[in-house]
Amino acid sequence: MIIVEGLGKRYGEKQALKGLDLNVPPGTVHAVLGPNGAGKTTAVRILSTLLRPDEGRAEIAGFDVVRKAADVRARIGLLGQSAAVDEELGGRQNLEMFGRLHHLGARRARARADELLDRFGLSDTGRKAVKQYSGGMRRRLDLAASLITDPEVLFLDEPTTGLDPRGRTEVWNAVRSLVGGGTTVLLTTQYLEEADQLADRISVFGSGQVIAEGTADALKSDLGGDRIDIVLRDAAQLGAAASALPLDLTVDTDRRLLSAPAKDRMAALTQAVRALHTAGIEAEDMAIRRPTLDEVFLHLTKEHA
Amino acid sequence: MSTALAWALTDSWTMTRRELAHWARQPVQVVVGLVFPVMLLLMFGFLVGGGAGVQGDYVDFLVPGMLALTMAFGLEGTMLAVTQDLGKGVVDRFRSMPMANSAVLVGRCAADMLQSAAGLLVMIGVGWAIGWRTHGGAASFLGAVALLLLFRFAMLWIGIHLAMVAGRPEMVQAVQILVWPVGFLSNAFATPESMPGWLGAAVEWNPMSATATAVRDLFGNPAVTGTSWAASHATLLAVAWPLALTALFFPLAVRRFRRLSR
Repeated sequence: MIIVEGLGKRYGEKQALKGLDLNVPPGTVHAVLGPNGAGKTTAVRILSTLLRPDEGRAEIAGFDVVRKAADVRARIGLLGQSAAVDEELGGRQNLEMFGRLHHLGARRARARADELLDRFGLSDTGRKAVKQYSGGMRRRLDLAASLITDPEVLFLDEPTTGLDPRGRTEVWNAVRSLVGGGTTVLLTTQYLEEADQLADRISVFGSGQVIAEGTADALKSDLGGDRIDIVLRDAAQLGAAASALPLDLTVDTDRRLLSAPAKDRMAALTQAVRALHTAGIEAEDMAIRRPTLDEVFLHLTKEHA
Repeated sequence: MSTALAWALTDSWTMTRRELAHWARQPVQVVVGLVFPVMLLLMFGFLVGGGAGVQGDYVDFLVPGMLALTMAFGLEGTMLAVTQDLGKGVVDRFRSMPMANSAVLVGRCAADMLQSAAGLLVMIGVGWAIGWRTHGGAASFLGAVALLLLFRFAMLWIGIHLAMVAGRPEMVQAVQILVWPVGFLSNAFATPESMPGWLGAAVEWNPMSATATAVRDLFGNPAVTGTSWAASHATLLAVAWPLALTALFFPLAVRRFRRLSR
């Protein structure tokens, strides 16, 4: 559904994309994971016809994004990084306007606006201007505006950046409900957890290229998976704890922290509790967590070096 | 092709409605925009009064000039709106939709033309109230209104293009200052004969002077007499100037909009 071959884009001196390849089958969710400046937004802007590539080509639903831009536009929805709605107007006014611009005609545009407001829990916003909405509401309206015509392909560029946890959950739920309907979704994110929660496959971007790709599970086992963090009460016991624990530990003395990969989450936790108990060492905190994007990157760039 | 044109017009109208909806939410701004030229008219009419080298009734001379000036002023609203749109994500959404490329700008222009027409109506009413009278027929009256709106149309496209070039709202003010010399280095308030020779020549060639002279003629009000080619062909220039300016700035503005994808 989305085919990208050798896509390149340069802004002056900066090479934002260099030879990007991507292939997203219909009806799947593909996450593009990467830090700021990795080229995620540039890629989305090219695929949604907002930006012309310097080299390579990209196809959406069989239409070239440069030569058949109008056909592409009729088939995509875009949720950009900044709210792409008219903040001076109300939610209904926005959706009706976008419906008309999608050439639905006045009556269908109105009906569609009602439907979407209802579906995203925005029916009772009345005439209130969007600038008075909460972050989560604004994002939901933005998403609703991207779905006016039930697009075949939906682009979500960092859909939850800047949202509080509640707003994030709202957006995640909305995205999950879409995927059931057969929409192909390309999602960019800085959060591994978000990619893990929503995507079938993940591409990790680094400086304009894909540096790793696979399912969330494959990537995670590739990356050492989850980690266990143990914070001790007494820094003097760090050495004793390290020799007592049967784990591949890294030690952070300043934070009294021991950290290790935890391929089997429960086993690692039980092991650690038992070992520390036997050694008579007191832990202040113990937690299993996903690797951070920093750790993933460190790992991947080490691998590529 | 004809359906493409029909959609372009429909899309433009949708964008015009968007602007009208903005105004419905901000009526004070709209009223201020209408009142400002009225204030200028009253100020020049009563404070400056007939001291500007005009023979006959100064109000009859001043009002058509002020109507022309009104058509040149207030571009900052258009320019600000264009730059603010560009700074926000909403233009990205428009550009990622299967709508006509030009509709965002054309719709903006159409909305501002409606506002300009309303402004013109108010100024004509106030002018009438302070004693301005026309002496031509209904046809010449309508012709004069058409010339004024044509001039406004050209000014709007200059404004939209400059806003696209400026890009940021902060830059608009700098560009806006340029409107003042165009407005005041004209024959709106005083005849070119009362000015130094070089300035008088510049004033006669000012597109706004051409419009002012042409509408004075059509309204049957005291006109600026001049011997230069520009002064004696004012009506021709009042049609040619706006057409030429629009032919230049409309494609430039639309091209700028398309080039956002680079």
